[in-house]
Amino acid sequence: MSSLLSIRDLAVAFRTETGPFEALHGLSLDVMRGRTLALVGESGSGKSVTAQAIMGILPKSAAITRGQILFRDGPAETDIARLDTEGAAMRAIRGQRIAMIFQEPMTCLSPLHTVGDQIGEALRIHTGADRKEADARTQEALARVGFPDPKRALKTYPFELSGGLRQRAMIAMALILKPALLVADEPTTALDVTTQAQILALLARLQDETGMAILLITHDLGVVANIAHDVAVLYRGRLVEAGPRDTVMRAPGHAYLRALLHAVPRFDMAPGERLTPIRPARAEIPPVQPQAKPAGPLLRVEGVSKSYTLRSGRFWQKPRIVQAVSDVSLSLAAGETLGLVGESGSGKTTVSKMVMRALEPDSGRILFDDGRGPRDVHGLSGDALFAYRRTVQFVFQDPYASLDPRMTVRQILSEPMEIHGVPAAERRARCRELMAMVGLEASGLGRYPHAFSGGQRQRIGIARALAPRPRLLVLDEPVSALDVSVQAQILNLLKDLQAALGLSYLIVSHNLAVIDYMADTISVMCRGRIVEEAPRAALFRRPVHPYTRALLAAVPDPSLDHPLDFAAITGDQNDPTRWAAPYRLGPDEAGAMRAIEPGHRVRFSAAQDAEAA
Amino acid sequence: MIVQILRRVVTMALTLLVISALVFFIIKLPPGDYLTNRIMELRASGEAGSVAKAELLIRQYGLDRPVWQQYLMWIGLMPGPVGFSGLLQGDWGWSFEYDKPVADVVGDALWLTLLINLTAVVFVHVVAIPAAIYSATHRHTFGDAVVTLLGYVGLAVPGFLLALILLFYANRWFGLSIGGLYDSALTNQPWDWTKIRSLLAHLVVPTLVIGLGGTAAMIRRMRANLLDELAKPYTVTARAKGLPPMRALLKYPFRMSLNPFVADIGNLLPHLVSGSVLVSLVLSLPTVGPLLLEALRSQDQFMAGFILMFVAGLTLVGMLISDLILVWLDPRIRMGAR
Repeated sequence: MSSLLSIRDLAVAFRTETGPFEALHGLSLDVMRGRTLALVGESGSGKSVTAQAIMGILPKSAAITRGQILFRDGPAETDIARLDTEGAAMRAIRGQRIAMIFQEPMTCLSPLHTVGDQIGEALRIHTGADRKEADARTQEALARVGFPDPKRALKTYPFELSGGLRQRAMIAMALILKPALLVADEPTTALDVTTQAQILALLARLQDETGMAILLITHDLGVVANIAHDVAVLYRGRLVEAGPRDTVMRAPGHAYLRALLHAVPRFDMAPGERLTPIRPARAEIPPVQPQAKPAGPLLRVEGVSKSYTLRSGRFWQKPRIVQAVSDVSLSLAAGETLGLVGESGSGKTTVSKMVMRALEPDSGRILFDDGRGPRDVHGLSGDALFAYRRTVQFVFQDPYASLDPRMTVRQILSEPMEIHGVPAAERRARCRELMAMVGLEASGLGRYPHAFSGGQRQRIGIARALAPRPRLLVLDEPVSALDVSVQAQILNLLKDLQAALGLSYLIVSHNLAVIDYMADTISVMCRGRIVEEAPRAALFRRPVHPYTRALLAAVPDPSLDHPLDFAAITGDQNDPTRWAAPYRLGPDEAGAMRAIEPGHRVRFSAAQDAEAA
Repeated sequence: MIVQILRRVVTMALTLLVISALVFFIIKLPPGDYLTNRIMELRASGEAGSVAKAELLIRQYGLDRPVWQQYLMWIGLMPGPVGFSGLLQGDWGWSFEYDKPVADVVGDALWLTLLINLTAVVFVHVVAIPAAIYSATHRHTFGDAVVTLLGYVGLAVPGFLLALILLFYANRWFGLSIGGLYDSALTNQPWDWTKIRSLLAHLVVPTLVIGLGGTAAMIRRMRANLLDELAKPYTVTARAKGLPPMRALLKYPFRMSLNPFVADIGNLLPHLVSGSVLVSLVLSLPTVGPLLLEALRSQDQFMAGFILMFVAGLTLVGMLISDLILVWLDPRIRMGAR
């Protein structure tokens, strides 16, 4: 076992307006041949800067100030830190001997060029292969990463592919020249759990086949536990812990790694156990006067369906109709949390938009009861609709895109109150109160969103949602765009706000652990239908439906005792015709929900019902 | 695809029809027209022969009929006193002011306008694109600052002023008369090699003057677009693949930044035609701009109507071209993706 890449005393500094800022302070680590080194840390710890330094693609404002990056490919030893980043020597290494895959497979592929063109390009520039040869080798590479129809894939564009296939295309692009080292920067963070498990399995398999080394940058300790051989933990530009995976994960020596392990939701948490944020934040929530409680549930969704018509690209084809949501029923009690979980495209966001009355359902009803009896949300108009808008607020996934950069925090928080006619004096007091509620200083009111970190921005987003004193918050992936170090803070804050203000939450996520931590009842959606619903305690402890089981099986667990079973992850978990009996559904079959224990309902095939009868 | 183009052509024809109605009725809005005004003048001075001729023209072009009939005759959907003879039949009408068919008056001006403006468009792109690429890739350097400064100066200087300055100094320093599009001695000569050479020499200044503002604006916009695209992850991917910087730049971010400019082609042509009226006047260029101005002032209806229709047609053709290029350039549009 020899080291392929040795980083010695590497320092990288950024030029900033306030003088140089050192992002890495003398980092030393080794990547062994044929092994996977996981580089773990929160954002700002310097893990991506390390990857960029190795690739010679640091931003223009950054430079290596000292140290070596020794790359031992073949007999020679090259110090990458000494090479001109745009010179021929570095370009020959980059993309050919060291390749890289990135987090967001959509934005990392050009939308204007075919997948085949982009993958074959590395081959053409490094080996001078002509287009025909490049196409042939690209087709092989696509087959190797599991494209169902590699020949057709050559001519497809990235936007025609699912997230998982895009990331496979990125991997094919990186591996087409059989590099000695693959740098993978959060390769599965943007993907569904099931897709993530498939990509991790693929990376492990390709490593076995080619013997390449992998430098895996991640903040997900579950991923680390499942595919890394060695682990290095970075904190604020310094290496705080390094060693073989089992040593590091079983007996984390450094307080930071221990803290990180306790800051993410896990399935084996005791009931009522709270996450321990790495940096605790204090929120002051003033007492509120109790509101009129509805007799029944606050929100009831009854048999709601919604379909979209897709315009087809070719004029002779009929427009396609996609059934996004079919016959979904939900019920949410006041002061409780309903979790809606499923892969991307399962229809969960469409449901949340219909609850917001941002979309009109094709059929079915959505009933909201603010204490004066249930009323159909989509029948509201005029003042009643205006009042409903105030009662239901939304917290967005991306705290960067959801706050107007040209408005101060005060303006952001005041706007919903202005709309709902709160007097100016009361608005000012309320703004300060809201900041305290989400654990921010009132002095931040005059500043603009860019002055805040991702976690702080999400707090502002939550404060904005709370401003008009709503009853129901719709949370769409509230932490999936946030760094792991602040996810616990936000989740705990949401729990505290709920307890103090009696809020109800509808939380939509593909992260099962987050749903498990937050929700009282959970509904699992697949292809627009609910396939299983149960109280939190039952659902992930005694999952019944094959789809729920497949989702759970795909979640990587940070504990080394529960490794992922890569062989069991097939990728057809969302195909109802391939579920095991009695859950298997025919091509157009809806099946029916049946209770298997109080509150725990599962979708069975109608054929099964007939047999039982 | 072919069906889509055909569909577009049909819509364009309908659009042109609507525009023609608007153009005609707006020109007719002010009371009176060229001929009736002229007849009144002639009556006052007692020139009976001329009055007879004017009345003949009135009858020939049906100006004594209701406006809607005049309109239909003008576009050639209704037979006039001499049968079907309108835009559709290629008869562009009579210029009362010049006392000649519109086709004869406009004649050379039409294609000279196209020539000057297309030269200006080419000039804009040839200068602006490399300047913008340089400026974007050398952001916050001395070179970028120089390009930016020149760009702002170009934006701020009015074209006609620059034309006047150039006229003055060209004459003073080089003894050149750069007005017109060819040597005035050659005006009535047939097109031969000398005349073409003279035309090319005279094209330089108008191209510069008309294109300058557009160039400056395009450098600014292209630079901003490119800077956005340069920060996109796929640009990093291209670098990580080992592509040489310039090749990576041209293949990925540059191509992405082209879309808004292609979408603009439709607006570019009419904008250049109407925007260069002042410059054409100052440089006494024989383009349609000054003709249009004069025709509108004297209510020379067929002349004004024809030039406006010409500009409208140019716009629609430009938009069709830009849409076709966009479809060819961007698979997301081609395949109707989000």
